[in-house]
Amino acid sequence: MYRYDEFDTQLVQERVAQFSGQVARRLAGEITEDQFKPLRLMNGVYLQLHAYMLRVAVPYGTLSGKQMHMLAHIARKYDKGYGHFTTRQNIQYNWPTLKDIPAILTDLASVEMHAIQTSGNCIRNVTSDQYAGAAAEEIDDPRIWSEIIRQWSTFHPEFTYLPRKFKIAVAGMHTDRAAIRFHDIGIEIVAGKDGKPAFDIFVGGGQGRTPMIAPLIGTAIPADDLIAYLEATLRVYNMNGRRDNLYKSRIKILVHAIGADEMRRQVEEEFAHVKEQGALALPEAEIERIRAYFSPPAYETLSDTSAKLDQAMSANKAFANWVKTNIATHKQPGYAIANISLKPVGGVAGDASADQMDVIADLATAYSFDEMRITHEQNITFAHVKKDDLFALWQKLEDVGLGTSNLALITDHIVCPGLDYCALANARSIPISQQIAECFADLDRQHNIGELKIKISGCINACGHHHVGHIGILGVDKKGTEFYQISLGGSADENASIGEIVGPAFTEDELVGAIENIVETYLSTRQTDERFIDTYRRIGKDPFKENLYATR
Amino acid sequence: MPLVKNGAFEDDKWIVVEDDADLPADKPVILSLTRWQAERDSLIGRNAPIAVKLASSEAPDPLETDLDRLTMVALDFPAFKDGRGYSYARLLRERFGFQGEIRATGEVLRDQWLAMSRCGIDAFIVADNVTLEMFDAAISELSLVYQPTGDGRKTILQMRHGN
Repeated sequence: MYRYDEFDTQLVQERVAQFSGQVARRLAGEITEDQFKPLRLMNGVYLQLHAYMLRVAVPYGTLSGKQMHMLAHIARKYDKGYGHFTTRQNIQYNWPTLKDIPAILTDLASVEMHAIQTSGNCIRNVTSDQYAGAAAEEIDDPRIWSEIIRQWSTFHPEFTYLPRKFKIAVAGMHTDRAAIRFHDIGIEIVAGKDGKPAFDIFVGGGQGRTPMIAPLIGTAIPADDLIAYLEATLRVYNMNGRRDNLYKSRIKILVHAIGADEMRRQVEEEFAHVKEQGALALPEAEIERIRAYFSPPAYETLSDTSAKLDQAMSANKAFANWVKTNIATHKQPGYAIANISLKPVGGVAGDASADQMDVIADLATAYSFDEMRITHEQNITFAHVKKDDLFALWQKLEDVGLGTSNLALITDHIVCPGLDYCALANARSIPISQQIAECFADLDRQHNIGELKIKISGCINACGHHHVGHIGILGVDKKGTEFYQISLGGSADENASIGEIVGPAFTEDELVGAIENIVETYLSTRQTDERFIDTYRRIGKDPFKENLYATR
Repeated sequence: MPLVKNGAFEDDKWIVVEDDADLPADKPVILSLTRWQAERDSLIGRNAPIAVKLASSEAPDPLETDLDRLTMVALDFPAFKDGRGYSYARLLRERFGFQGEIRATGEVLRDQWLAMSRCGIDAFIVADNVTLEMFDAAISELSLVYQPTGDGRKTILQMRHGN
């Protein structure tokens, strides 16, 4: 993974000093909370319902063992012993005190981490595919380009006060695990004509109150022009995005208002100017310098079949279940991609205790070349595990409650913090997720249902990605009572779609029954090996709706 | 309010003239874009310096061919979070090659001076309690930069690769 050089290190240390000064001025009463707000928001410090919340950046989700240990240390020393991994591949701490934040940032800086641009109307932490460097069909490693974008966007002087926040995601291949079409800019690496990587640039996707799938704006942009193209796009947005209405200020609204063709024309015009100036052309030496940090780890030469794995699978059904759901194919013979679910039944999606983080860190060091990735679906990926080691890894995960076999199954939810933590929420999300998980806890039942992604948001801002859930759940407030609206057929992958609202909302008491009803319709209609989303696309909303409201 | 230019306090000689007011003779004046465009031909013959103040909704493109007639361009920041002026400043400096003063007015706060100066703004209308020490500290808090802008600072990329 990437390591800071002396320049990256110095800049992060200077930022710690700068923000510590801002905190000191606030604590001394030299600035008001109103004046402090934009400053703290530039550094991931939010004021939530009960306390300050600190969001720490995990660039493109990648962490070393040492860094994960530090996250555990922070949870233990400054928080209540746990942290929450988010859909932005970051971690949030819900209970730090303001006076401790400079010390937390100093601790983070000691392991090359920070909270820079994890909030505010700026370019946020870049996200990417958790299978980077391990997936067979990958055209190029998206972490290389994510790191290049991270550096370009860090303290960008022109784009610090954008109309609204700005999120960029990079996928290294057509198969999309990073939801790129639902980002302000989504980048898909494609094969360029010169044999080098090139970039398809999708602009103007997003969720929130106005979900949009990003149209393709730039096609096969050459590698050395990537930053020039991004700068041109951001400049068009910075100058033309709406600033009069908070809810219409994302780039998706601009793209929708002027149309993809006009957006493309404006970006290309600006791009031509930026290119002519030449200052942003990426030198080959810099691309190669960063590429070197992501060269393949020292794989052993192995047979692709593992007798040890086969034997353990036939001897232990629970392990076999885990392999079935949580393991993905690796490009290197004898290796596998292992996913750790942070969705145990009864738990809080995305939460991990400090003790669990320490175990995960040690296991990544022992079994996956000292490196792991937080996923946007709030799980953790070990990208390079020997098949021979999978059983030992799973046993150690099981010991600390992390061996759950439910990746992409009906109990693996994306869940926003909801009314339990968030000042914006209308309804609770966490207890809803827990009730659904308890209802479907039986693993054979989950396996029988197969891939089914439920995503839950506690308000229309859609932090829980409900628009792209195969089943999406949105909490709404009706005269002081929490109701839940169900949408069906959303998907955040390369076949992106936005879910359709199925009908009137349900009370909390009715909701789990409604989900079961939807699942029953699927099970009785599906064809062989058909996933829920495929059945939905084949038969449409009406059969689901008819069954769902038949008894009301 | 005080003016900081090129890192020092300076007397502000400029007079902001409303669109319907008479121009004071032989005094440097700041005009709106509307007035400049309406009266351009007669204003060109004037002896005293002229500046145009752009509202945050006014991109500098209409001034491109007139910049050699202007001594200063003022950019208004009606709220700290309205960041359009950062792009305007870079266009003026880097694309249109404007050499005169670019002044930030409006809600121009301590923690913005650094980014503004990186974008080519060299004059700042600041609050009464601002000291030069405060100003110097604010614009030197981050000594390294990743992005090339018209301010000519060597980027981290250039330092890495020795050019």
